[in-house]
Amino acid sequence: MTTALSIKNLSKTYKGGVTALKSVDLDIERGEILALLGPNGAGKTTMISIICGLVRPSTGTVTVEGNDIVSQYREARKLIGLVPQELHTETFETVWATVSYSRGLFGKKPNPALVEQILRDLSLYEKKDSQIIALSGGMKRRVMIAKALAHEPRILFLDEPTAGVDVELRKDMWRLVKRLRDTGVTIILTTHYIEEAEEIADRVGVIRKGELLLVEDKAELMRKLGQKQLTLDLQKPLESLPETLSHFDLKLTDDGQQIIYSYDTQANRTGIATLLSALGEADIIVKDLDTQQRSLEDIFVSLVVEEKQ
Amino acid sequence: MNFEAVKSIYLFEMARMKRTLLQSVISPVLSTSLYFIVFGAAIGSRIEEIDGVQYGAFIVPGLMMLTLLQNSISNASFGIYFPKFIGTIYEVLSAPISFFEIVLGYVGAAATKSIILGLIILATAHLFVPIEIRHPFWMLFFLVMTAVTFSLFGFIIGIWADNFEKLQLIPLLVITPLVFLGGSFYSIQMLPEFWQKVTLANPVLYLISGFRWSFYETSDVGIGVSIGMISFFLVLCLGAIWWIFRTGYRLKT
Repeated sequence: MTTALSIKNLSKTYKGGVTALKSVDLDIERGEILALLGPNGAGKTTMISIICGLVRPSTGTVTVEGNDIVSQYREARKLIGLVPQELHTETFETVWATVSYSRGLFGKKPNPALVEQILRDLSLYEKKDSQIIALSGGMKRRVMIAKALAHEPRILFLDEPTAGVDVELRKDMWRLVKRLRDTGVTIILTTHYIEEAEEIADRVGVIRKGELLLVEDKAELMRKLGQKQLTLDLQKPLESLPETLSHFDLKLTDDGQQIIYSYDTQANRTGIATLLSALGEADIIVKDLDTQQRSLEDIFVSLVVEEKQ
Repeated sequence: MNFEAVKSIYLFEMARMKRTLLQSVISPVLSTSLYFIVFGAAIGSRIEEIDGVQYGAFIVPGLMMLTLLQNSISNASFGIYFPKFIGTIYEVLSAPISFFEIVLGYVGAAATKSIILGLIILATAHLFVPIEIRHPFWMLFFLVMTAVTFSLFGFIIGIWADNFEKLQLIPLLVITPLVFLGGSFYSIQMLPEFWQKVTLANPVLYLISGFRWSFYETSDVGIGVSIGMISFFLVLCLGAIWWIFRTGYRLKT
């Protein structure tokens, strides 16, 4: 495979002394979808902003299909499309005008057929003559994607594209991302949603406090992240767990009112049915049950601990 | 050179003028007509001629300069400030465009609008008074140079301003008084000697004087000095813009 984007030793310290990125190294292959996960302030947007020319790096280099983003910025930027996190749109322009404007900004001659196709793909064509101010938040988000696609980029950055959008738009967006990938576009998206990464990414990167903690194949990461917990509320408190349940991964809470069972959702069998049957045989009556998945941040923390160990 | 990008910015900005026709064109024309009524008719009836030029005709270059300066600054400053304000500046800054091309697009559009307005004012003035342009080349030279220079200045203000108040601050508190006190409606020869000397410190005087010379061959300062001053302002503004883009001042972190 060919490298679409190569980041070497990229760091950014802002004027106030805040370090947003610490020596990040990352190679992204052409045609892959990379999901960058990380809590707010992790450095995801700073990294994207540097690549797109909005923020100056403190150290390091970035090349886009072999073009340095500083010395060969024209060639590099032509290949990049950016959908920023915030809804930045012209207020009084029409959808058609703003998308056509974006194409021109990137040095491409007008192509009404292509603009029409993009608008149709994003279910925006009916609104092509509407002023942007009259559109809903979801529609504005689509306009921003249309603008980013107007110059036919080879690398597309989607900075939290589905934050605050409804399920329908989220699924539309996932479909679009997959379609773009099929045409060879490399996609880097940042997200808080694990299911988003699970749905569309080929690889997942985890970034926290400016450090790229890991970049891993999605399947491998999902296996690591697949741990769930089943909490069983008991009718009568237990002093200790019976011997017959020792082969299950169980924990009894201090007050003896709950049993917590950890299991792997990716495994062929979760063991829940067997556990419930074993509890029945041991005359332990379950009043209620609940399952919990660790939050993304919990998972990040546990991954960091694992990596350090 | 990314001509498509320059064209896109230019046409995008010009489209704003079409959308706001009332504010962009009709409003300055109305203001100028009012100036003619107040200064031309009311005051002009008491001052018949200045340097052999009928008072109504004498103030035409000053009125054009007033509109030119105000509109060049407001068009260019708003043109770049608004994308900054609503956040769409990210698109321009991440596009494969050089800083020169960005300035060319924004300043080109702002200057074009001002020149169109200047010419509309000239046509409007022609309805009120007879106008003679003795040096059409120099008239156009001053018109274009002033529009470009003050559009560059407006662009600098638009980058510097971080709120709407600052955007209006310099045009209202600096430029308008300088234009009014720079001989728009009078010759500085009409002032007491002390104030004549003070007025020489007003840079706008040189623009108005040179522009008026291109119409009637009458001026407060030598034409060479006027050309030198406008060229000096142009270089000054270009230098400031070069510094802004080199450092990313208020554009990039």
